[in-house]
Amino acid sequence: MAERVRVKSMMPPGHVRAPAYLRGKTGVIERALGEFGNPEQLAYGLKAEKKPLYRVRFTMAELWGAEAENPEDTVDAEAYAHWLEEAPDAP
Amino acid sequence: MPHDHPDHFHHEGMSPSGHPYRQDNDTPLTYWQRMEIAVRELLVEKGVTTPAEIAAQIDLMDSRSPINGAAVVARAWTDPGFKARLLANAGDAAREMGFDIGPLHLVAVENTDEVHNLIVCTLCSCYPRNLLGLPPDWYKTRAYRSRAVREPRKVLEEFGLTLPEKTTVRVHDSTADMRYIVLPAQPPGSEGMSAAELAALVTRDSMIGTGLPRHPE
Repeated sequence: MAERVRVKSMMPPGHVRAPAYLRGKTGVIERALGEFGNPEQLAYGLKAEKKPLYRVRFTMAELWGAEAENPEDTVDAEAYAHWLEEAPDAP
Repeated sequence: MPHDHPDHFHHEGMSPSGHPYRQDNDTPLTYWQRMEIAVRELLVEKGVTTPAEIAAQIDLMDSRSPINGAAVVARAWTDPGFKARLLANAGDAAREMGFDIGPLHLVAVENTDEVHNLIVCTLCSCYPRNLLGLPPDWYKTRAYRSRAVREPRKVLEEFGLTLPEKTTVRVHDSTADMRYIVLPAQPPGSEGMSAAELAALVTRDSMIGTGLPRHPE
């Protein structure tokens, strides 16, 4: 997984653990957490595939733009690999 | 008596004698309340579980409290080796102290002079229950869940905690399988105190990040 990642901006129906406020936002991998059963299948009692899970760190500037309370503060959130795509290096 | 004075006494509040009361739960059951009762009764009827087992599990859940988390924090303040293990793998460190945290994956995040950590679950109410007990009601509100990631400093101010501009706020959103606990910084003036004395300084909110530990008297 790349160091800089973007949360995919898809809006699939069902039980997903990628909060909408992070979709389309770019962050850096804070740490890899290992593999966990995919909650999108677990939620429906289905046999769940193991999916790699990461902690991704986003700046408040990235999440809220000019309205950020303090641009340097951060939000760390867990995201599954299938929700992440490689992001270009920061300009 | 309250109904004699509809203008003064509503269904919630204080009785004339100063006794707080709330409305009897006479409203019809909701769909999900009926569903829970139906499933529970079926499980008991089919011998999958018993009312005593359910009561024992509720008892166990109610017995967990921030005292557990406080013991972990105090140990970390007094035992550098334990602190290193806690920050590397908080779940294993808690198990090492004898806390049954089940299959929980726990991450401890350390407050320092430079960094203040705050825990939230924007999607629901994920909380390190095994170490802190049940989450406070405010932790589950939309207001806390939405504002903690948007304006954490303002939220913290409402909790009475104003952080210096230069301190970085790191909010941790428990979106999936991890649960988080803040390792607060040891309060000044508490050096040399025993782990038991230190544990008494560790508040629930200081382990969520909405507060700081008490200062020694």
